[in-house]
Amino acid sequence: MLRSAGTFGTCLSGAYQQPTGLDRHMTAMQTGKTKPALVVIGNGMAGMRTVEELHKLAPDLYDITVFGAEPYGNYNRILLSPLLAGDKKMDDIMLHTREWYRQHQITLHTSDPVVAIDRRRRTVRSRAGIEVTYDRLLLATGSTPFIIPVPGHQLPGVIAFRDIQDVETMLQTARSHRHAVVIGGGLLGLEAANGLLRQGMEVTVVHVCGSLMERQLDTAAAQLLKKALEQKGMRFLLDTNTSEIVGSERVTAVRFQDGSEIPADLVVMTAGVRPNIALAKQAGLHCERAIVVDDTLQTYDPRIYAVGECVQHRMATFGLVAPIWDQARVCGAHLAGAGHRRYVQQATATKLKVTGVDLYSAGNFIGGEGSEDLVMRDPRRGIYKRLVLKDNQIIGAVLYGDVKDGPWYFELIQNQTDISALRNQLLFGQALCSEAA
Amino acid sequence: MNIPIIPETASSVRTTCPYCGVGCGVRATVHADGTTEISGDTQHPANAGRLCVKGSALDETIGLDGRLLYPHMRDSSTSNLQRTSWNQALDTVAQGFSDIIKRHGPDAVAFYVSGQLLTEDYYIANKLMKGYIGSANIDTNSRLCMSSAVAGHKRAFGADLMPVCYEDLELADLVVLIGSNTAWCHPVLFQRIAKIRETRPAMKLVVIDPRRTATCELADLHLPVKAGTDVWLFNGLLHYLSQHGKTDAAFVAAHTNGLDEALAAAAASSADPLTVAKICKVNVRDLLAFYDLFASTEKVVSAFSQGVNQSSAGTDKVNSIINCHLLSGRIGRPGMGPFSITGQPNAMGGREVGGLANMLAAHMDLDNPAHRQTVQTFWNAPRIADKPGLKAVDLFQAIEQGKVKAVWIMATNPVVSLPDADQVQRALARCELVVVSDITEKTDTNDYAHVLLPALGWGEKDGTVTNSERRISRQRPFLSPPGEARADWQILCSVAQRMGFDGFRYQSVHEIFDEHARLTAHDNAAENTGRQPRLLNLSGLCGMSKTQFNAMQPVQWPVMPAAHDEPQGTQRLFTDHHFVHPDGKARFIPTAPRTPKNMPDQDYPLSLNTGRVRDQWHTMTRSGKSPKLNNHITESFIDMHPQDALLCGVREGSLARVSSPWGAMVARVQHGGGIPRGSIFVPIHWNNQSASDARIGAVVNPVVDPISGEPEFKHTPVRVEEFPVSWHGFILSRHDLALGEIAHWGRIQGRALTHYEVAGRNQISHHGQWARQLFGIHDPDADWLEYEDKTAAIYRAVHIRDDRIESCLFLSPRPDLPSRTWLASLFAKDMLEEADRVGLLIGQPIEKGIDTGSTICSCFGVGRNTICDTIRQQNITSVAQVTSCLKAGGNCGSCVPEIKKLLELTMAATEEN
Repeated sequence: MLRSAGTFGTCLSGAYQQPTGLDRHMTAMQTGKTKPALVVIGNGMAGMRTVEELHKLAPDLYDITVFGAEPYGNYNRILLSPLLAGDKKMDDIMLHTREWYRQHQITLHTSDPVVAIDRRRRTVRSRAGIEVTYDRLLLATGSTPFIIPVPGHQLPGVIAFRDIQDVETMLQTARSHRHAVVIGGGLLGLEAANGLLRQGMEVTVVHVCGSLMERQLDTAAAQLLKKALEQKGMRFLLDTNTSEIVGSERVTAVRFQDGSEIPADLVVMTAGVRPNIALAKQAGLHCERAIVVDDTLQTYDPRIYAVGECVQHRMATFGLVAPIWDQARVCGAHLAGAGHRRYVQQATATKLKVTGVDLYSAGNFIGGEGSEDLVMRDPRRGIYKRLVLKDNQIIGAVLYGDVKDGPWYFELIQNQTDISALRNQLLFGQALCSEAA
Repeated sequence: MNIPIIPETASSVRTTCPYCGVGCGVRATVHADGTTEISGDTQHPANAGRLCVKGSALDETIGLDGRLLYPHMRDSSTSNLQRTSWNQALDTVAQGFSDIIKRHGPDAVAFYVSGQLLTEDYYIANKLMKGYIGSANIDTNSRLCMSSAVAGHKRAFGADLMPVCYEDLELADLVVLIGSNTAWCHPVLFQRIAKIRETRPAMKLVVIDPRRTATCELADLHLPVKAGTDVWLFNGLLHYLSQHGKTDAAFVAAHTNGLDEALAAAAASSADPLTVAKICKVNVRDLLAFYDLFASTEKVVSAFSQGVNQSSAGTDKVNSIINCHLLSGRIGRPGMGPFSITGQPNAMGGREVGGLANMLAAHMDLDNPAHRQTVQTFWNAPRIADKPGLKAVDLFQAIEQGKVKAVWIMATNPVVSLPDADQVQRALARCELVVVSDITEKTDTNDYAHVLLPALGWGEKDGTVTNSERRISRQRPFLSPPGEARADWQILCSVAQRMGFDGFRYQSVHEIFDEHARLTAHDNAAENTGRQPRLLNLSGLCGMSKTQFNAMQPVQWPVMPAAHDEPQGTQRLFTDHHFVHPDGKARFIPTAPRTPKNMPDQDYPLSLNTGRVRDQWHTMTRSGKSPKLNNHITESFIDMHPQDALLCGVREGSLARVSSPWGAMVARVQHGGGIPRGSIFVPIHWNNQSASDARIGAVVNPVVDPISGEPEFKHTPVRVEEFPVSWHGFILSRHDLALGEIAHWGRIQGRALTHYEVAGRNQISHHGQWARQLFGIHDPDADWLEYEDKTAAIYRAVHIRDDRIESCLFLSPRPDLPSRTWLASLFAKDMLEEADRVGLLIGQPIEKGIDTGSTICSCFGVGRNTICDTIRQQNITSVAQVTSCLKAGGNCGSCVPEIKKLLELTMAATEEN
């Protein structure tokens, strides 16, 4: 943390002045017996988690208004995959019911996205025309699935895998149609494909790379994964570029750059997401790939914070949940006026939620200059493990087939533990290492 | 498998162990399924049913893998050995020898034979060379182990006579073991001593040895004398006995000569115990304690072995010991006497028939015209050698010089075992005709053979051997000859006949024994000759029928005819105080001490000591086939003091190179704790078949005792330096592998596997590829587990086929590899369990406590960890308790000293905690 203070002096000094301003402001508001207003744009996981964190520290500090584009309360988007696969039910994935909002005296506007921010007047306006003044504004607009703009991408039957609506579309289509094509062989795509497979569809995953989940897996693990999924019945077209979605009423096929074609009744685009920054941009906030925030999750406007997939922190954007929880904690603390926390990017860990496939990926598994690899392969048992080391610390881990030590490695990554004494046993697991120690 | 001679169940044959000179009786039971069960012969007086671990493992050495089964000759065009017919091979040998004799005379040919031969084989070889070819160029590897004792006996007693018997070790009140790691090298004798000490705790054991060996674990006193200083020590003892009046004046006066000169020599070198202690590098109080104990104990046996014999002053060392027994009159009576423990199963038998270049036959002398006449007449031989032949070291030098042009090597492996062994390679490489008879297809010596002849091995051959207490025992066959292998005596007789000699038409081995027995009795009576009778007299064994010979019971010579049926052996010699010098007296020999010929200097600062390890025999052609024996010590080693290691820049576990001006070898450094500063110990067994560069013989100086010609194996100035390698590893494989060019390797036969220890200097860029290629795995879907830490250059791979472990490979830049024990044990399984599979790449079972550690008790396969854990858990305080808990030490007992040490270590560690 000291290290980041040196590098990001400007950010820090901006953040440092902030509590003073807030204190003065709040004192004024409290004496006037009116609570300051916090408006949250985005009723998703990041925004609501931040509110929760805020409530832990200062439950009655703000009048809170939340705008959400979807017609639901806040649900766990991560569990859409099990929902699709049929492993979970709608109730299981709800995080905050409408009741919760009432209990916490939070005003919730669903199916009503904010369309404009007036920073000078400190107001936001929703699509339905509701205008709310804010003292603090939290942007948690999330991201939008990237729909590859090939001809036919707007045809009915072409969807993303982002929200409950998408899941419902998929479930419905699965009941009446047979061929599903998932474009994008990342984590989300494979989970979607698995879900559709479980719903009885014939699923082909189309991926532009030669290797699945290339952001989480090295090629060796990806090979094992592909084999395992193929055994489940999934088909793959790797190194394949989609050129057109074919159909008139609705999608009927997908055509590729090499001219070949496969039938498709449903196309799910899981080729990445784009942070939702239009609103912020329109309000004049500094954005690059996403809304730029400092270590306190504050945007260039000191009254406006941003968290989640819509932010860019030190050049990084975010898609996994763990860093977003961290952001929520930091941001919540600053909104509560207890703003001594700094958001530090941590290594992240991924588990693929496909039944029968044990896969764990954490940290920087690609390595790079000065990194070292510990690798173990037992293809017959379907086991592959790789740890990436740098300066006697683990910086990344890819586990396939046997993931029980994943959390331990993740802990070692996060704690930056010096593993030189354990190195020779490290890959064989915690039990052996503690025995040796 | 060999075909058992007796295929019915539970039929057993009583025979004799082919390893050390103790000569234990063995009962071999051949089962209907062809397997052989080995047990000690309870009726044999040498061991009364005991067997050491080597003897117990004989069944693992009689398989036919690696056996030489057919005659071979070197093809002149390809210079490869090609299978040939016996006729062709025998003709080639006979013609080759005849030719060279015709061109260059009889001294241009030689036999180099072995203490592994049976007496009858030896007899024929000697007869052919000395009586028919007419040269005395027959020497034996016994030259390397006990010729100093022979010379010492001859000087003191007038003939090569070993006065005592094994029972004397049990009757003695003091046993002094000099230069003998009896616990490892003659385990059954050691067990007899250990057992009797349990009933007679007052009995003392003193060990005189530069090393603190396993034998010392039971000793009351260990004198770690500096190598080569024994004569100072025993001169000091002689002087001490004389000064303190501990002499048997009557005996000395009546039965000995030469005391004054001997005493003068002793006083000159060793009058002052302080000086002696300083020279011998022992504590003066310990020295005096030993002198006092010796002086005050009547019943003393001084048993000595290679530590005394293998020295440039070996003969003097022997005599300096005998002198002390003569002065105190402690000879020829129960429980006392000097005792040469021989190394080989039939070193004694070879001596009896004259198998050394300076002896004739039946203890008759080459330089005695009457003896020559006696032997020539008896043999009806065309000629008789009249001067000593070349002794082992000289023989191979003469071969290199081109003086000897044909050599026939039988049952020995001189390229490994002789000193300056690289010289032996040079000699054989330029020798016109090299004939080798052996039972093993691949040996370092066979590489130089022009003609390779398959001989019979133990369990197949038939004849007699003589042990250290002069006891003649039968080796009886229980397996039929494999392939086309023949008995050594048959091969020799066939060649002799082809050379045109009569006198080699024997129908069976018992005829040869009978001839030998008759020769010992021939012309051997005082009343007939007016000379001292020769004590080697087997007249009681003459004229046996084949049936009687087959039923012959172990008997100690001299064997005189008895009134009743059973021939009468002789337990002890000199009971009448009558010796065999012409005057009937024993002689004191003045022994002026001298240091080893080559002393350490700046370039070669350490002195090399060589010797045996517990579970291997000679050049491992037999013991190396036994997984059980290979478990004890898997690799050659350099045992040295940690401080010397520090000075040499080597560390325990790493490889080091030992070099002398004569040659070099490579082995792993260890700190056994028993080596004094300034010296190192390296075992003699490893060779080019078992390791890349582990022939210590190449390093040993070719210095010999001037009288006995025995080489100075126990002292060569050497230096030790790092043998740098960039990686270490081991491989276990069900099949033999072609390792290719590799800086260092060792090959160990395991149970259902071959174990290689490897180390290399090359950079292996693709470990996986390298390993797959090594194992010949081309199937990309092979069941192949691997672990790789590329930057640390650690690689491990396991190949599994049909759920059975096929091979594994562990590599690391450091020698810190996991234990091989558990991995090796998996090869016994037909199917790996899941739990086994998980542990494979770790090299240890996942559940703790299954790794039993290195095998301590080979008989019951009990590992070090098991023993230590049991000692701790059960609060054990004695070896007997260990044995009752784990059986360890309960069979052959040769691991008892090690268990004792573990007991001490574990108990000490427990106390500290």
